[in-house]
Amino acid sequence: MASTLTNNPGEPPEQALSAAIELVALSKSYHGFHVVDAISFKAGYGRIFGLLGPNGAGKSTTVKMLVTLSESSAGRAFVNGFDIEKQTQAVRTSLGYVPQLISADGNLTAYENLNFSAKLYGLLHSERKPRIYEALTFMGLFEHKDKIVKNFSGGMIRKLEIAQAILHKPRVLFLDEPTVGLDILARSTVWEKLRYLKSELNTSILITTHSMEEAEILCDDIAIMQQGKIVVQGDIKSLKETIGEHASLSDVFVHYCDNSMVDRGNYKDARQTRFTVDKLG
Amino acid sequence: MLGKPALPSINLDKTPMLLKIFRETSAVVQVEILKLKRDPFELFSRAVQPLLWLLVFGKVMAQVKGVAENEIDYLSFLAPGILAQSLLFSSIFYGISIIWEKDLGVVHKLLVSPAFTFSLVLGKAMAASFRGISQAVIVYLASFLIGVKVSWSFSSILGVVGLVILSSGLFSTFSLIIACLVKTRERFMGIGQLLSMPLFFASNAVYPLSLMPPVIKFLAQLNPLTYLVDALRYFMIDSGAPEHSMIWNFGILVVFFGLFLYIATRLYPGIIR
Repeated sequence: MASTLTNNPGEPPEQALSAAIELVALSKSYHGFHVVDAISFKAGYGRIFGLLGPNGAGKSTTVKMLVTLSESSAGRAFVNGFDIEKQTQAVRTSLGYVPQLISADGNLTAYENLNFSAKLYGLLHSERKPRIYEALTFMGLFEHKDKIVKNFSGGMIRKLEIAQAILHKPRVLFLDEPTVGLDILARSTVWEKLRYLKSELNTSILITTHSMEEAEILCDDIAIMQQGKIVVQGDIKSLKETIGEHASLSDVFVHYCDNSMVDRGNYKDARQTRFTVDKLG
Repeated sequence: MLGKPALPSINLDKTPMLLKIFRETSAVVQVEILKLKRDPFELFSRAVQPLLWLLVFGKVMAQVKGVAENEIDYLSFLAPGILAQSLLFSSIFYGISIIWEKDLGVVHKLLVSPAFTFSLVLGKAMAASFRGISQAVIVYLASFLIGVKVSWSFSSILGVVGLVILSSGLFSTFSLIIACLVKTRERFMGIGQLLSMPLFFASNAVYPLSLMPPVIKFLAQLNPLTYLVDALRYFMIDSGAPEHSMIWNFGILVVFFGLFLYIATRLYPGIIR
């Protein structure tokens, strides 16, 4: 199928294209408290970048700023070369987002959910149906297209949300804890699809995760956050080598995170995670 | 499989703004109508209250003769008020569904899309208007059955439909503003209860402005429901006599709706914070 992602008006300036995602001293403060404290990193095109960290580290807040759901307090960031504050429409068109919460509407069928997204993303009427079928087939949900989503399993809901997020063929995909609450089979399927998106379609992906296993299997590069700051970043192999010959990613995580402050999430974070696990599990 | 995206450009939506707003708004409305068709229980449950007001309260109050009957009987006076009340009550709690969508994560999906926030808000308002029209049908039929002198002319029905769309949009957008401010279902229910009854009673829905003490009359004149009831009385009832001109009534409702749309559009993205 011919790509529609080819026209010029949304083209970012050449100098900004070195990274799919770039943060320069990006900060977010609430009432003087730095939830995200001047963090900087680059995520390359066609790679999977993992943002790791304990509860309350600022991962989800960072993602919310990058997907334009929340304004930054200071610093700058670019997604697909577009400034998240000044070129909001171009950023939104460039990205797909799968939040930790359940974004699929349980009272609609899988097809209706995607058709709604297709309209919001301005897909032409003639393109919608083939594109929706393509996305549903890719995620293994085609036979379930006319079923009401509230009868789906957790894994099917997550797959539908990924189908929804890639419907407009975004350059950059953000997934906030994509496999939380899923069983191992559903997790493996999600991982397989994400790897395909990266390797075959050159989609750049940023995920947040608590799971070292997930990060190890999926990510090319990672950054570990704690208390709003990035404590270490780099490619997984190099980071492991800094700890020792047989070090795992968990060893890296424990080494760089201050154990006394590992779990800093609040009631809202815990409720949100448990709500998602409850709904998907 | 999915076609490879060409590097590195994207295809920004070049649809003219009004067309884009229409497409996005109608997408939101279609989704809401689909959900309502799939689970119409809410429509039937919401029909009970106006029927009780008309069949019980209205019948009893008509015997009391507390309201001077000049040109129309009390039931005919009351019916447009009950339609307005029905629209107010069904729309004022519309915001709770927005909070539910926020808690689920559906709002996140809407807000990261390139759709205008204004379209999303207007879509919600128009979906509430669709519900309002179903309420109007029920009140119309009930009024006719109990002997209210309902006007069936095309222009009258067109006027009522216009008022239903406008006022349902107005009150549901007001409700969305409250939802954006309070953010939790518990607080919302409290505020909703707190606002709905004073808005209803401080209006000309069940008794005319001329019977009100000065303070209540002053409050009623600030209440958009008063102007809705006045206009409904003119269109819905044969020989219904309005207290204000239709330009004034519609003008007030349009100004309130425009103001609430503006505020809701500004506040809606903040509901997830």
